[in-house]
Amino acid sequence: MTPLLEIKDLTVEFPTRRGIFTAVDKASLSVAPGEIHGLVGESGAGKSTIGAAVMGLLQRPGHITGGTINLKGRAVSGLDRSAVQALRGREISMIFQDPLTSLNPLFTVRQQLVETITTHLDVTQTEANQRALDLLQRVGIPEPEMRLDHYPHQFSGGMRQRVVIALVLCSEPDVIIADEPTTALDVSVQAQVLDLIKDLARERQVGVILITHNMGVIANTTDHVTVMYRGQVMESGPTAQVLGAPSHAYTKSLIAAVPRPQIKQHRFAQVSFGGRETGFQIADLARNWNKPQVDRAKPLFQIEALTKRFLQKPALLPRNRHYLNAVDGVSFDIKQGEVFGIVGESGSGKSTVARLIGGLHRPDAGHLFFDKKEIVAGADLTAYRRQIQMIFQDPYSSLNPRMRVDQIIAEPARHLGLLSGKDLRHRVDELLDRVGLGSAAGQKYPHEFSGGQRQRISIARALATQPRFLICDEPTSALDVSIQAQILNILKDLQEHLNLTMLFISHDLPVVRQMCDRVGVIQRGQLVEVAQTETLFTAPRHPYSRHLLSLMPRLDELATPDLTTLSAPVAPRPAPA
Amino acid sequence: MSRLYRAWDSDLAYAFRHSPIAMFATLVVALLVLGAVFAPLIAPHDPFDPATLNLMNGFTAPGTPNAFTGDSFILGTDNQGRDMLSTILYGMRVSLFVGVAAVSLGMVIGITLGLIAGYRGGWTDTLIMRVADVQLTFPSILVAMLIFGIAKGITPVEYRDQVAIWVLILAIGLSDWVQFARVVRGATLVQKNKEYVQAAQLIGRSGTAIMLRHILPNVLSPVLVIATISLALAIIAEATLSFLGIGAPPTQPSLGTLIRVGQGFLFSGEWWILFFPACTLLALALSVNLLGDWLRDALNPRLK
Repeated sequence: MTPLLEIKDLTVEFPTRRGIFTAVDKASLSVAPGEIHGLVGESGAGKSTIGAAVMGLLQRPGHITGGTINLKGRAVSGLDRSAVQALRGREISMIFQDPLTSLNPLFTVRQQLVETITTHLDVTQTEANQRALDLLQRVGIPEPEMRLDHYPHQFSGGMRQRVVIALVLCSEPDVIIADEPTTALDVSVQAQVLDLIKDLARERQVGVILITHNMGVIANTTDHVTVMYRGQVMESGPTAQVLGAPSHAYTKSLIAAVPRPQIKQHRFAQVSFGGRETGFQIADLARNWNKPQVDRAKPLFQIEALTKRFLQKPALLPRNRHYLNAVDGVSFDIKQGEVFGIVGESGSGKSTVARLIGGLHRPDAGHLFFDKKEIVAGADLTAYRRQIQMIFQDPYSSLNPRMRVDQIIAEPARHLGLLSGKDLRHRVDELLDRVGLGSAAGQKYPHEFSGGQRQRISIARALATQPRFLICDEPTSALDVSIQAQILNILKDLQEHLNLTMLFISHDLPVVRQMCDRVGVIQRGQLVEVAQTETLFTAPRHPYSRHLLSLMPRLDELATPDLTTLSAPVAPRPAPA
Repeated sequence: MSRLYRAWDSDLAYAFRHSPIAMFATLVVALLVLGAVFAPLIAPHDPFDPATLNLMNGFTAPGTPNAFTGDSFILGTDNQGRDMLSTILYGMRVSLFVGVAAVSLGMVIGITLGLIAGYRGGWTDTLIMRVADVQLTFPSILVAMLIFGIAKGITPVEYRDQVAIWVLILAIGLSDWVQFARVVRGATLVQKNKEYVQAAQLIGRSGTAIMLRHILPNVLSPVLVIATISLALAIIAEATLSFLGIGAPPTQPSLGTLIRVGQGFLFSGEWWILFFPACTLLALALSVNLLGDWLRDALNPRLK
């Protein structure tokens, strides 16, 4: 079959003041009619840049410096602006990540669909209306006659993405580029939207390039997959083959880093690829550590009927005020030396629990016992604060951009009166060494580090007071999957070698399965089930737990990581300047 | 060395080196500021020393020798025979001092109130911002005149000239804190929700420490932009007040005072008495404004 879209040796460069940055380096791929071609890679791999180059939507000053893009045998890359514009929409169309911003909020769905249809196709108004109705029906919107006259804000996120897909189909394009089309959606909606894209590609013989960072999406949706790393194609082939028997070392390392929902791994396979640093010296750290005695039968934390409500609608009279119960009578124990997980969907109150324990919020009711002593707000909490530390979700927001790294790490120990002067400097240098950044990193500012490195700085800061208890609030949800594997391994090492107790908050069930000893499931502020991790994953009792587990992506197609075959040395490519 | 190099290599310095307007504006501002600072050294005459004045030199046109004394002045003289170049240099000292001091005052008040309003929230925020809203409903020149009038009423006559400059600073500074407070409050609301603030709260740092040590350094870039633009506005406000005769006293004339004096002679042919001080004010305010505009664009990541 002749390919619909053929990209050959595509090179895209961004001239910057520090030299030319090659975003895409001689990438080739082709898409046949009816095929879904996955483009997978971590952030900065250049996958979205390929999509933008095909659409002629490259952000200045980026431009194509080499290679060809052929659409149905015609070269696209050499065309002038107006010719590309004619092509865009009619023959190639694009689905963006955020359905909220790709629809015009001021027009009804009918207006937007009909306008697009009449722009691209030679049909009458009545026909266009009929087509719009058919399309809405096809993408699975219930009661399309009524919904046609609704505005975008009247649709939910998943429904809105369906409308976007209908809009894209208006012009009957041959190729659709979908750039992270489901990343902004809830897991349950994600699967439905992907199924729709799959069906439409088959039915209308449309070629789809599906850009994503999510291995689960690739495994469940695509026919072919191209793996990219720093602008270069690492491996390309049928999905089953690439995921089941990867041949390139990078693909292997990427697949090894994906947390499996069905098995508990002791550690993620550490594959060093492209000169990534791994050297976290846990043994050295443990030597100078006042390890707490751990009695796994005794609780470190006892939480009783904790309640926190937030004022939603302020009013002068108390009876007119509206409150939201973010945490509603939650009780549980955290035993010494255990990793206790809390899972729940966004808005379920899991982060609020973490903040209540960390003392960032005051509870409205309930009791909090740490080491059998009640923590009362307003009392001198210095001793308590030395014992607990927190690792935050977003490494780009958790470090003060105007402070030097050594100041950031020193602040907790200095403020809590643990160390000062030379001792403090020594501790900071040691910590930076141990987390694998080197003590010279202390002189730099946070923006000079990557996301994974920043999370290491965050860990160093948390360890500076030698705490007994660590709160991890979604510590890896902002990171790429290979960095996530590294950080999770580090956290596990810390927990084991330093006898730490941990509260691990996450929405990502496979990650929770790898990390936690016991798990609590939280729904709308209430703890619905607490169980041993294995029990929860094999025999959930509460219907909500079963519902959450059913949404978990299945990754049976992925190759099982085998540590012995994963050590292929690959010459590291120099990082872009 | 390395710190100096890092500053030179920074994105801001790079943007500066590639903006002819910014470089030109800086040059003009630098020349004017240097002229003002070193006025006692470079001014040909001391316009405030009656001993050096010769009334016969009055109304000498620029560049032409005086008919009676034969003395020649680059920018001419005023009605009392004072050299215009010297009075402008000395006038700029007053204008710049009042401008910088007034902006600093407004900045300190605005940043403090803005940080408190943004970080504390609740009724503190409401109170501060409503006061700011009320003040914004009055033209700032009116507020300044009000403060000036009150101050004039309560100071004894013999001290009025001495305190006039300070009252001017107070009047302009108090009329100008609102925009600082608004911008800082907005930026603080953004920074407050960043996780590094939570990290500081976690170890029990006080609100004041978090505001000063963590939030303040991160809200300073927009403040810098506003400070530059308000400097131009403050200089103009001072000139306006002085022009109206309620600003700098005749013993310490600012550019505005010079313009007020000069406009009396415009129609009798002695144009230079008005023209040169007005041009200086224009150059100063325009350059500072251009610099502020450039800074706003250079610090805006979305325009890069």
